[in-house]
Amino acid sequence: MSNQATAVEPPAAVIDERMAEVSLLTKLLRRPELGALLAAAMIGLFFALTTDEFGTLDGAANWTDVASTIGIPAVAVALLMIGGEFDLSAGVMTGTAGLFMGVMATEVGMNMWLAIMLTLVAAAGVGFINGYMVVRTKLPSFIVTLATFFVLQGVNLAVTKEITGTVRVSGLSTVDGFESAKSIFGDSFSTYGFRLSVLWWVGFTILATWVLARTRVGNWIFGVGGDPVAARNVGVPVARVKIGLFMTTALAAALTGIMIALRLGSTQASQGVGEEFQYIIAAVVGGCLLTGGFGSAIGAAVGALIIGMAFIGISFSGWDTDWRLLFLGVILLMAVLINNFVRRSAEGARK
Amino acid sequence: MMGETHEMEGATAIPLVEMRSIRVSYGGVHAVDGVSIDLHEGEIVGLVGGNGAGKSTLMKVLSGAQLPDSGEIYVGGKPAHIQNPRDAKAYAIECIYQTLALSDNLDAPANVFLGRELTQGAGSLDDSAMEDATRRVMGRLNPRFRAFKTPVMSLSGGQRQSVAIARAVHFNARIMIMDEPTASLGPAETAQVRDLVRQLKEEGLGIFLISHDIHDVYDLSDRISVMYQGRIVDTVHKAKVDTDDVLAMIILGKKPEEASSEELAELQI
Repeated sequence: MSNQATAVEPPAAVIDERMAEVSLLTKLLRRPELGALLAAAMIGLFFALTTDEFGTLDGAANWTDVASTIGIPAVAVALLMIGGEFDLSAGVMTGTAGLFMGVMATEVGMNMWLAIMLTLVAAAGVGFINGYMVVRTKLPSFIVTLATFFVLQGVNLAVTKEITGTVRVSGLSTVDGFESAKSIFGDSFSTYGFRLSVLWWVGFTILATWVLARTRVGNWIFGVGGDPVAARNVGVPVARVKIGLFMTTALAAALTGIMIALRLGSTQASQGVGEEFQYIIAAVVGGCLLTGGFGSAIGAAVGALIIGMAFIGISFSGWDTDWRLLFLGVILLMAVLINNFVRRSAEGARK
Repeated sequence: MMGETHEMEGATAIPLVEMRSIRVSYGGVHAVDGVSIDLHEGEIVGLVGGNGAGKSTLMKVLSGAQLPDSGEIYVGGKPAHIQNPRDAKAYAIECIYQTLALSDNLDAPANVFLGRELTQGAGSLDDSAMEDATRRVMGRLNPRFRAFKTPVMSLSGGQRQSVAIARAVHFNARIMIMDEPTASLGPAETAQVRDLVRQLKEEGLGIFLISHDIHDVYDLSDRISVMYQGRIVDTVHKAKVDTDDVLAMIILGKKPEEASSEELAELQI
């Protein structure tokens, strides 16, 4: 009997608590995007019932379009916020990217695809500078990217006026490669007019969700946002993660700017100003904490969906579009309060 | 009572780690001023001293969190180049901090593997392998530990310390630095962590133990190094001193035989 006893691992004296699953409600409450999903359902239902167009496929093409151009940068901003940082320059970056691409294509005479490549490289450079300054100076990213915001806004206006004599860069449609680029970034893909940007948005959200949940980098993003000192002490390359997040945010914003520019065939120098707040609101509505370390990419995508639905719903209802801003303020406040409440009850539910 | 065996060992065996003439200064202040210290297999060296004596800074140098201005580190008799925490881990040096070691928003397996995650094909995280490994180590260290799926912020101090130690043990640490491992723990948890420390020593790890708690140090250590204003006052075998001698060195910054009788008398008050 003794030879038997040595061969067998002592059965754990206790039952593995993996068997004792927590209740479904508790699990749901722990998800950051729960509140946003409920809000999206309610807002969608409200406008579908009160207006004629909102519930139709044509209507959906409208609000998904708005949601997608907010959602692509918002998902990147969510990753950045989970990593514990902010980017106030993301909105203006969409304008900078569109203008830069336009100038390269129309004034310098590049092929559209080359101009797009260069634009992405330049955007990555801006993101790198943001990240490098935050990591090196240890200043709050709020201040660093606020500076970038004004620098880019100044460049957008001054350089555009200097080169074109107006506050816009236009005439993209005559450039070589415009049609093929537009067919990837700018067109619609169904008879109802759904935009390709919607596919980009969905694809980017899936990618970001996978990175966050299933990869080492995702684990690092949560670690860096939760406690950068602890993360560094255990060997996470904190600086590289943060700089990478700033670059991702700038690239996502630039991609959005490129899409808008190709769709319209031109870019205004004022493009994107103020939209950085919509990205942040989408991320917060989606469950991101301002303190970092908690949030989700899907949540930010749903947050963007809420904003898109509300903006278009307000138009369809025939209300003045100024109400949009009031709506943004109200959902931001509600989201923060609900997130607070949900988190507290979720923590209480833990054993 | 014992300790003689240790002296012999110290004379012959190559130390697990040896730090020589380490200097660190912050803006003109010598936080660590030419300190040399060594550690052998299966040995616990207690590092004591008042606030700002340089204990933590010295250990930060070993764990790669602080670059020294000068000095050398030898691991297993060979020069070691430690520029950052990753390098230190490559030399099997692991650090247990009281406060700074865990990411509160991650669960225990994610904390154990943070920075060294296990992956399977296509770079995807292997969550179940990480959880299994964590369960295996934890089964050895703290069999009553159950909270494998909750963020560590909701764990007790002792459980958190278990997670931090599990990380070091899983990655086969040979040299462990414990910075105030029992600060802010309750009595039962303190006893649990002390048992853990003894168990690690049995397994042949070398441990640097930093603590304000002189009884902690005296209880667990084989040798005690006392630091005062960036220098080592003395390194003594526990058997040859009592806690009062150590306390006198911590407060006066002098060896007992160097201190005047007035100074010693004053301490008695």
